[in-house]
Amino acid sequence: MERIPVLQMGKCLLVTIQVDMQDQTAILLQDDLAVKISGSGATGVLIDISSLEIVDSFIGRMLAGIAAVLGATTVVVGMQPAVAITLVELGLSLEGVRTALNVERGMTLLRRADGGDLDF
Amino acid sequence: MKPVNIAFDNVLKASPEAFLKSWIEEVAHSGEGSSGSNARVAQNEARELLSALQDAVRDGADLTQFGSDAWSKTRAVLAELSQSRAAQGASAGETSYFVMAIKKPLFAGLQQLISIDPQQVFDTVWAASTLVDKMAQWTATTYQRSREQVIKRQQQELLELSTPVVKLWEGVLAAPMIGTLDSSRTQLVMESLLQRIVETGSELAIIDITGVPTVDTLVAQHLLKTVTAIRLMGADCIISGIRPQIAQTIVQLGIDLQGITTKATLADALSLAMKRSGWVVSRAIG
Repeated sequence: MERIPVLQMGKCLLVTIQVDMQDQTAILLQDDLAVKISGSGATGVLIDISSLEIVDSFIGRMLAGIAAVLGATTVVVGMQPAVAITLVELGLSLEGVRTALNVERGMTLLRRADGGDLDF
Repeated sequence: MKPVNIAFDNVLKASPEAFLKSWIEEVAHSGEGSSGSNARVAQNEARELLSALQDAVRDGADLTQFGSDAWSKTRAVLAELSQSRAAQGASAGETSYFVMAIKKPLFAGLQQLISIDPQQVFDTVWAASTLVDKMAQWTATTYQRSREQVIKRQQQELLELSTPVVKLWEGVLAAPMIGTLDSSRTQLVMESLLQRIVETGSELAIIDITGVPTVDTLVAQHLLKTVTAIRLMGADCIISGIRPQIAQTIVQLGIDLQGITTKATLADALSLAMKRSGWVVSRAIG
């Protein structure tokens, strides 16, 4: 079973998805994130999906649902055009999820959202 | 060789030049023929077709089976003929009549040759008529196919021409839409816009719909989809150039554009985009 690593940087958790997501992988990631957030008191979660090329409705809903995880601010970064089009066609607009073009801008967004007291 | 083929072969080889002359005259006579400079071209085409026909008849090709392999060379000649005619802009009638006109010398030749046995007369004429009809039909079909190819290519070119994505400023892209928006065009714009956002790392995209004549629910739906997709990628989108009539239509249709930034003109949208990214534009003098 592939497990997606969740890295901690200060008060921020960093998730880089570099494999094609299976439903199981997604569920596992969601659980891991919940445990990490509650354990570390992180206030921001950054998910990099720039290598993700295939999404289905399940993964889409997972991405949408992750935002609600224990009140941490979630930023999804680096979404591919094809993935964005697919999600729109599936009717998933990911309301409530913040998005950014790349990791750097995502980090800026998180820092700003946290009122500037996130330090890395 | 079948008796019909022998009769045919005799007609075709009897006096090819007279045959050709009568054929071309018939084409010119009908008023459907090609004029002046094209006459030589027509002559050459007729000659080529005649020789292909002759070869096929001599090889014993079945006159009623124009689709068979024995006629492949004739078909190729006809295809080439109709393609070149289509490219030159000749009408379908002109092109197929060129082939039909072969009936005149062909029937005249057959009349001189065949016996008085009514059955044989009927067989030969029927075979000749069927063959020429099939040839004309094949020509018309190829003609139409090549015209369709031209139309398809033009459509594709139009599609690509009318959907450019331009960089207006550092981090600001614009897609000026011109013409009616349909699913395939919106899809193309969406794809190229999103691709350019990734390539340039632009944070703002402006979709200008000044050149869009009408907006209905479907178009609005497409626009909303594009905006959502852009937002998902992490960029922002402004829609500009909504004309008063279109604004009224949108309100009447009950389409909710809430949550989407709209501006009257492309200039307004650009100035908003620059303000957002912290640019200040000021005049140097005055």
